[in-house]
Order: sequence, then C-alpha cells, then structure tokens
Amino acid sequence: MGDNILKLPLATAGAMTERPISIAIVAMGGQGGGVLSGWIVQLAENAGWVAQSTSVPGVAQRTGATIYYIEMMPPAGGRPPILAQMPTPGDVDVVLASEFMEAGRSILRGIVTPERTTLIASSHRSFAISEKSAPGKGIADSGAVVDAIGVTARQQIVFNMDELATRNGSVISSAMFGALAGSRALPFDRDAYHAVIKQDGKGVAASLKAFDAAFERAAQPAPSADPVPVPSAPGLGVVPSSAADPRVAGLLDLLRTSLPQDAWAMAWAGLRKVVDYQDERYGREYLEILTRLYDIDRQVGGGSRGHDFTVTAAKHVANAMAYDDVIRVADLKTRPGRRSRIVREVGVGSHQVLTTTEFMHPRMEEMAGLLPAGLGRWLKRRNALYAWLDRRVNKGRRVRTYSPVWFLVLHTLGGMRWLRRRSLRHAEEVAHRDAWLGCAGDLVREDYALGVEVLKCRRLVKGYSDTHARGLSKFDTVVAEIRRLAHRDDAADWARRLRETAIKDGEGGDLDGLIRTIRSFC
Amino acid sequence: MAERSFAKEVEHLRLGDGDVFRGEAILAITKGLLQAGVSYVGGYQGSPISHLMDVLADAKDILDELGVNFQSSANEATAAAMLSASVMYPLRGAVAWKSTVGTNVASDALANLASGGVTGGALVIIGEDYGEGSSIMQERTHAFAMKSQMWLLDPRPDHACIVNLIARGFELSEASNTPVMLEVRVRTCHMHGSFVCKDNVRPPFTIDDALNAPKRDLSRIVLPPAAYEHEREKIARRLPAAVDFIRTHRLNELFGPAAGKVGIALQGGMYNNVIRALQYLGLSDAYGDTQVPLYVMNVTYPVIDSEIADFSVGKDAILMVEEGQPEYLEQALNTVLRRRDISTRVRGKDVLPMAGDYTIQALARGIQAFLDDHSPALLGNRPPVPDAAPVLADPRVERLRSVVPPRPPGLCTGCPERPIFAAMKLVQQELGEHHVSADIGCHLFSILPPFNIGTTTMGFGLGAASAAAFSKGSGKRSIAVMGDGGFWHNGLTSGIGNAVFNKHDGVFVIVDNFYSSATGGQDILSSRAWNKNRQTNNPISNAVRGVGATWVREIDRTYDVGRMRSVLKEALTTKEEGPKIIIASSECMLNRQRREKPLTAKSIKAGKRVVKERFGVDEDICTGDHACIRLSGCPSLSVKHLDDPLRDDPVAAIDNSCVGCGNCGEVSEAAALCPSFYRAEVIHNPTWWDRAKARLAMALIGFLQQRRARHRIAFEVA
Repeated sequence: MGDNILKLPLATAGAMTERPISIAIVAMGGQGGGVLSGWIVQLAENAGWVAQSTSVPGVAQRTGATIYYIEMMPPAGGRPPILAQMPTPGDVDVVLASEFMEAGRSILRGIVTPERTTLIASSHRSFAISEKSAPGKGIADSGAVVDAIGVTARQQIVFNMDELATRNGSVISSAMFGALAGSRALPFDRDAYHAVIKQDGKGVAASLKAFDAAFERAAQPAPSADPVPVPSAPGLGVVPSSAADPRVAGLLDLLRTSLPQDAWAMAWAGLRKVVDYQDERYGREYLEILTRLYDIDRQVGGGSRGHDFTVTAAKHVANAMAYDDVIRVADLKTRPGRRSRIVREVGVGSHQVLTTTEFMHPRMEEMAGLLPAGLGRWLKRRNALYAWLDRRVNKGRRVRTYSPVWFLVLHTLGGMRWLRRRSLRHAEEVAHRDAWLGCAGDLVREDYALGVEVLKCRRLVKGYSDTHARGLSKFDTVVAEIRRLAHRDDAADWARRLRETAIKDGEGGDLDGLIRTIRSFC
Repeated sequence: MAERSFAKEVEHLRLGDGDVFRGEAILAITKGLLQAGVSYVGGYQGSPISHLMDVLADAKDILDELGVNFQSSANEATAAAMLSASVMYPLRGAVAWKSTVGTNVASDALANLASGGVTGGALVIIGEDYGEGSSIMQERTHAFAMKSQMWLLDPRPDHACIVNLIARGFELSEASNTPVMLEVRVRTCHMHGSFVCKDNVRPPFTIDDALNAPKRDLSRIVLPPAAYEHEREKIARRLPAAVDFIRTHRLNELFGPAAGKVGIALQGGMYNNVIRALQYLGLSDAYGDTQVPLYVMNVTYPVIDSEIADFSVGKDAILMVEEGQPEYLEQALNTVLRRRDISTRVRGKDVLPMAGDYTIQALARGIQAFLDDHSPALLGNRPPVPDAAPVLADPRVERLRSVVPPRPPGLCTGCPERPIFAAMKLVQQELGEHHVSADIGCHLFSILPPFNIGTTTMGFGLGAASAAAFSKGSGKRSIAVMGDGGFWHNGLTSGIGNAVFNKHDGVFVIVDNFYSSATGGQDILSSRAWNKNRQTNNPISNAVRGVGATWVREIDRTYDVGRMRSVLKEALTTKEEGPKIIIASSECMLNRQRREKPLTAKSIKAGKRVVKERFGVDEDICTGDHACIRLSGCPSLSVKHLDDPLRDDPVAAIDNSCVGCGNCGEVSEAAALCPSFYRAEVIHNPTWWDRAKARLAMALIGFLQQRRARHRIAFEVA
C-alpha cells in the first residue's frame, strides 16, 4: 500500500514526508455529505488504514454551504498517523462537490489545485436564494465554473450525478461514491466500495445501482463529453413553409410577405402566442402592427442592423397583446395538456387519482376589467358600489379544478374570449400599447438603439394585481425618463441601465437613486 | 429525540473492556463518562454537544443499569447548579453545553460552585464553538476558567487521549476540590476516530446514598466569612494540589527531542494541525516524529510553572501556539519566565494571528516566521509550503469570485416558521417597517434573505427581553420574536414576565414548533409528543397567562397566512394595554416528516387510502417576477428556464421535495400574488367512490375539452 501514498515531490530537511490522502466534500446541508464521508472512512478502515473525518455542520445544516474533511493513511509499525482536522489550500487530493456552484466555491477556497486535486463534481444546479429571489434573471453563470475548473483541477469528473442517482432510484451520495471509485483517485478496488455500501444496509440495491452507473460514467476515457448545462437563450424554432390549417397557412403567408426574414422566427413564435391567446383575427392584428413598425424600421435603415427594431417588437408586442387576464388564466387551467403535464411532473400512477386545488384571489379590479369598457368605467366611478362589490369579490378562493362544478365555471370563463375585445381591460391595454409603440416609433427615427430600448421596456410590465400595477408604474417612470434624455448621444445606454435597475428595484436595484444620478448631470 | 432514534449510537455505550469504539468524539466522550463512574449527567443541547444529550436521552436502560441520573436541563444555569450534588457528596457529575454562550448562562452557578469547592468530581464538557462553522460570538471559555478558578483541560484531538482525560479530570477535580472543564472544539466533537474501551463503572456511592444520609458543612456555602476563606483556600490549597496532580500524572505531554534551540508550547487541541504544519516545513513525519520539541498543554489552566521553566531552560526561544484572544497563555508564560529570570524569549501572537481560526496555513506561516528568527537552520532547504495563491490569482478564478453566490442557511422545506415571516413581511408592507428583536433558533434565519426581518439578537430566550427599552414608545410598536426553546430556557421570566410587569406595549411572537428544533429536535415542556421519561404537553399559553398576560392569541396552524397576518395586524393596532402575545404553533416539518414519512409509506404499501399533497406552478401562468420566492425562500421552490424565445425571465418551479405544507398557496392568496400555484392531491389506493367520482368528472371534463379543442386553431406543421 505504501506505494500508493501521495508523496510530496520535494527534497526536504526531514526524512519522512509521506502525507495522508486528503479528501474534502463540499456540500449543502442536508445533501447527504455526512453519509458519503462515513462511507469513505469505512472504506479506508476496511483496508486496515486509519481514517479520520471532521466537519463543521453548525447552522449550515439548514441548506447552507458546508464542508466535510477526511484524511486516511495506513499505520506504520502499529503507530497511527496524526491526521489534520481541516483542508489546507493547495494540499487536497480529492474534492467532491455535490452541486456545481459549490464546486466553484471549493475552487475559491484554494483546495482545488493543478498539482494534486481530482475534482469530482455534479454539474446540476441547486439555486441559491439570491439567484431565485432576484426579480428577472439572477442565475449565476455556470460557464465561469467550467472555465475555472479547467485551470485548477488536475483531473476532473463532472456530470449530473443528481440526475443519475434519481434515475437509478437512489440519492446523490451513492452516485458520488461511484464517481470517486471510477476516478481511481484512491487505491481501493470496486469490490471494496461495494462492500461498504452493503455494510451500511440501507437501500443497498438502489445505492449499488447508482454507484455502478456513476462508476462507469466516471471511468469513461473522455469525461468532458458531458457538457455542463450553461443556460443559453432558448432556440428559435424553424418557421414552417406551410401549415395544415388554412387559417394558419394564411397567416404564415402574410408573415412571410410582409416582414423581413430577420424577424420571421420571432414573429412566428409571437404569432402562435397571440392566436392561441385570442383568435385568427388577433394574429392578423399582430402582423399588421409589426408591418407598421417594419415600415419605420426600413425607413431608418434597419436592414443594416438585422432589423433589430422589428425583431424586438415581434417579441414584446406578442407579450403585450397576450396580457394576463381572468379569461387567459381560466383557459390555461382547463386545457388537457395542463393536466397531463401535472400527471407527469407529480408522477401520478394509473392506479391513483389526481385532483388539484387552485389558489385564486380575484379582485373587483379584474372583474371590472372583463366588463364592456363603458360599463366598466361607469362602475369604477361609483365608488361606494365598487367598494361594496369589491368586498364581495376580493377574497381568496380555493378552486377544485377538476370537480364538475368548478371546472364548468373555469371552462365558461376561459371561453369568454368573445367578450375580450370590447372589455375595459382590452381598451386600457390597447391604449397603453399604442402609446408605447408610438414612443418607440418616434425615438427610433432619432436614435435607432434608443427605439429598440424603449421596446424592451415592456418587459417591466408583468404579473398580476399589485405586481402588475408596480410594473406599470415602473414602466411609466422609465419611459418618461428616457424621453427626457433622448437628446443625448448615450441615451440608449442610459435607457438600458434604467430598465435593468427598474427590474431589480426594491430588491437590490435603486431606480430613484439612478434617476437622481442622471438628473445631476442632465 | 422524539422523532429520531439513536439506538445505534446507544449500542456503542455498551462496549466493554478491550472492545474498539469507532465513531464521533462526542460519543466517545459520552462513553468516557460512563467508564469513569459518573453518577449524574445534565446539560443543554446545542452544537457541537447535542449528540451527547441525544444519545443519553435514548440510553435510559443503560443509565438505569448503572444507576446514572440523566437530565435534559432547562438551561445551562440549571445544569451548572446540578453540579452542587458533588459539593458535599462523593458523587461524580458531568454537565455539557455549547460555549461560550452556555458558560455565560451558567456562570453564576459555576462561580458559586468553584468558590465552595467540590468533594466528588465535577466535570463540565465544553463544546467550544469557535472558528469556521461557528454560530455564535467569538470568545474563549478560558476566561471563565481563570476568573472562577476552574481547571481547563484542552485534550489532543485523539479519542484515547480525550477519554483518558475524562477519567483523569474527575480525579483531578477530587484531588483539588475544584470543578474541571473539558474543552472540545467543533471539529474535534465531530471527528471520527477510535479508542479501546473499558467496562462501564457503576458509581460506588449512589444518589440514594446521598439522599439517605444528607450532610451539610457551613464552610462550603458562599456566605461571609466562608467566602473569604474560599478565595484563600483556592490559592493556598487547591491550586498546589492541582499542580501536583497534573505533574505527577503527566497530563501535559512532551514530544520530540529533549533539547533544542527552540521549542513550541501548544494547547492540546492544536496538536494535530501543528504536526501537519511542521510536516509542511519538513520538521515532522506524518506519525508525529517531530524534530522540534513540543510541550503539549492538555491542561491549559492552571499553567504548570515548573514544566514551563523546565521546557524553556536552555532554549533561545519558545513559540506559544494559542488559538483565540486575549493571549492569556502567552502572558502567563512571560510571567513565569520573568519571575524565574529565565531569558528564553516567548513568541506567540506576534507571529501568529491574534484572532480567528488557527488554520494549518496560519500555523505554518507563524512557525516558519518563528524559526526564521531563532533557528533558520532547521528550515533546511526550505521546501515550498502548499500554496494556492498562484491558482487563486488566475483571472478565470478571480472572475469566479463575483459569480459564486453566497449560500446562507435558511428554513427547511415546509418549515412552519416561513409563513409567520411571510405574514410579517406582508404586514410591514401595509403598516410600515417595525423594530423587530430576534432571538436564537431557526427563526433567526428571518434576518437573512429573503425575509430580512430582525434587528438584534441578544442571546437565547432574550428576544422579548431585548425589546424592553421600547416598552413605552408612543410610535409604532416593537415586535419581539422568540422560539419555544428560548421561551422555556428563560424567556418566560426574562421576556414575558418582564413585559407584563413593566406594562410593555409591544408585540411578542412566540414560535412554537413542538421541539427545540435548531439543536436537533429535542423535547421541551410544551412538546406535543408523549415521552415516557419526561412530562410534556404543557402549553405555552398556560404559562404566559400564568404570569399575567391577558392579550394572548393562539394560532394553531401557522400556514394560515391570512389569519397570521390579521392577528399580527390586530396586535400592532389594538388599543389594549400591556404586551400583545401571539403564540404561533405548528410542528417542525423536519421532525414531522421523520415521523410521518415512514408511516405514510407503510399505509400506502398496506393498501390504505392515502392522500399525498404537493404544490406546483403553472409555468405558462407564471410571469417570472419571483415575488413568491421573496415571500418564501423554500428550498423546494426554485426557478427554471423555459424554452420559449418570447420569455426572458426564468419562471418559478417546485420540485419533488415539496411536502405540500401550503405556504405557497396561502401566500399567493393572502398577498394576491398570482394564480399560478396549484396544489396537486394524489389519492393512493383510491376507494371505488374516489374512482367513480373521478371517472364521472373526467368524462364531463373530457367532453368539454374536446369540444373546445375542435375550435382552436391548430399549429401543427403540415
């Protein structure tokens, strides 16, 4: 065994420079790091080695980042080695990371170094609270971890161990143990690992299955073949040349003849969305709006910019037209595809019965929005009556989606698309849309990039009730500010910063602060 | 405790003479106590010593056989006071807690105990929660040992050494009539290792012996004039007796060559890492054969003057390796050498960090600097010490710094405390921000994202007390939060009783999750579980009414966010005087799952009808605003990217770890967030009625769906 011990490749003053094998497990609390560390200790002890593990779980037990540390070495002439209680940067042989950003954190701790370290990391992500709670996009860039692993690890074994474990009916610790065995970083054979799992006695069959799968995967000659999922922009579909449904075929024709090729893919996605939302006529309206914007785009020489203005409009106009209202929510909740998705996600077997409960909180605001515009406005002016009605409507409701009565209610609501065009909400949405596109059309003539930025501001409007109202007010603030600084050469840049700050406003972004800054010089 | 079994660990306690124990050091300590013939054990749970308490709580049979009385103490002061049984009687007693916080609570009793002195051995197991992973303020227990004159053991991180020092600690305590502290750091408590066992010992003098033949001696009671005599006795009799015992039994150890130009004195707990640091410098092998003389202080108080002198004489300099500050040992060494006019230089915190963890890196740097000054030849050809600096300086690693997100601890999936803070956040959105005093416990995670609620935390059970200054404000009311653990630890008197007596006008939220959850789910007075060894089921509401509170609201399902919100609002706005007390109760989900999960699985297997619930998000209804996450932070509520070019932002998603607690639905309902959440109820082993109902409903639904689908424009490609 002595030959397998890692040697310090240095001439030293002392005689004995053998050091133990050191292994760090970086994990989140509750991920089974303790089980894995127990297995590794057992593995060494079964071989007659001395093994020591330590950890500092503390409060990190509750989902925080934590580290387990193991050292192992054979005794010499009956004397046990003195084993250290913490990893030392630059001196760790194996790092096992049970999550991809935790692998990144281990690199920042300095325990992954090119001379020594085999890094075994699961490529799956479990998002940190800051990534999840950020309004809009807040997910950390896994690509940065991939790059850093490339320059720090001596050997890397990276694949989705969480998925592999789940697929084999086990948990990630079994898969990581298998990857460790497959890495050959420790001088123990596969049977020795198997013995440890069998000794444990809990869920042995599933653990062994996941272990073996991970072992094979890790032992493959080109472990880098499994690309780490780096979230990229979703791919645009291919625009078909024709469609079975004559109505779709007509729309498709119109799309191809009235819009530049640059915008086809996005406009096709948008078209599908708005037709699905309302009807064929709505699709024509969408294409007409885009055609008008394309006219402006052409006039200002957008061709040299890939018709960015039209493409951006294709995306945001579709979202604006398919605003979220009661009809849409009811429609989506009652579609057949929705139920089959839930069956799949929740894993409902054929011998089980599925029901669902919706948590709805309608307010009079939404109800009034459904009414014909004139009636809706009249009602809103009757303060006392409106408040009285709101008290009747405005409360949380548990809706048993797949009970006959509730389904009929939702189904009926979802079928009220015929009411939509004349509704108060629609009138408001159209007015807002016209003003927004008017502003973008004006500004794009002065400054192409700025016009595009104004289109993108639509992203600020989203959500329901209060969230929606806040979004609208942010949109108004940002667009007003953009108009004010439109004369500047760097207006588009400021517009982008305003929008991005507005998205995060109140959650790390300070829109008012940025506006004060802008006003201090402009 | 109630929901977790330590049966496997308990078996370790039965090991006999010659058997090899393998496991965590804290469990080895537990076994060591039984081997040393302890009569009674008490303590208060908390990292890193919870395990000791948990295992003993499950080991009633063994303890009964040995005649050992074990108690989960109400708090550390109770545990310390328990040691008074050793004052008059030859009973060996041990107590354990997390330090320095526990020692702070216990110090009144400890000081009294140390003044009068003990007859039977009295041992305090100190879980020194210092350095990485610690959850408390960074201080040293050393100061307590010195001020009350209790001997402080700091054993080498080695199971055999620790277990041996437990036995020696009792003997030392008896030989010097002084209580003894045994300090073990976090990493050592959780360290896996082994030692050769001895048989457990039944105490020769039992608790019954004491009760049946009570003794008293006025000179042992802390009251003048005895108290003055105690101080003189400490110096004149107890200290010399201790020094004598420690020297005779060689509790401190010498390693390496007898002579040398330099030497290193170190706390026992630093030994393993010092050896590794020496190894990096080429001065030791992995088996501890060091070329530098080491004086390992397994006893860090008292300092044995003669041993220090013997170790220093003939050396140019010695290095004191002492973690934490102030540098009491370094000062003591200097005093010893100056008094004896020994010219050996003492180095310490001038080459080693004054504060923080003594990592191997820090130790190697300090020792190297020390040797550079006093014995550079030892460093030989100066092999490079492992160093990650070049790697860390790589721009690709540098970039990572701004990418890797912090991962603070948070509430577990389905935690019943989440809806409390969600409701509090909603109330504050409505009524404005309020001053919130936090406490110690899981609920302290409210101070972190996404809730960001809570201004101060002053110690366990002191959440209510720390709002005391705000009792008479005429502005917005203060809110104080405390858990059931803290409430019974001292919060009932220090917080609620105080608020009633002083007519505090604020709001007091008591989070009752049926356990002392943050420390591992131990039972407490108000726990709902039946416990054959303890008296549980004593409601908090009875206690607060008992001390005179009148405005008391009980919420028996915290997940009812709407109710939680309206009760909070009422508490903040009511005209009624005096403290407004809200007791919010729901079982800790971790413990509930531990109990229910196996039962549910069993029922399903047995063919019984079981409804399993979990939540989901309709991804096409979610707009990716994440407002729900900012009111939750649940590990099972995450985000995912959709493959839709029209959508920029990831949408909310719930994974299979969801336990269906209901928070998501309740919050989106209460805050009128959005209708994208749904609860899926899956009926396992449905009855014929379930099936018939579902079949009928789905027939109607299918008919309606098909009819509508016929009119929908299909986008299938030709």
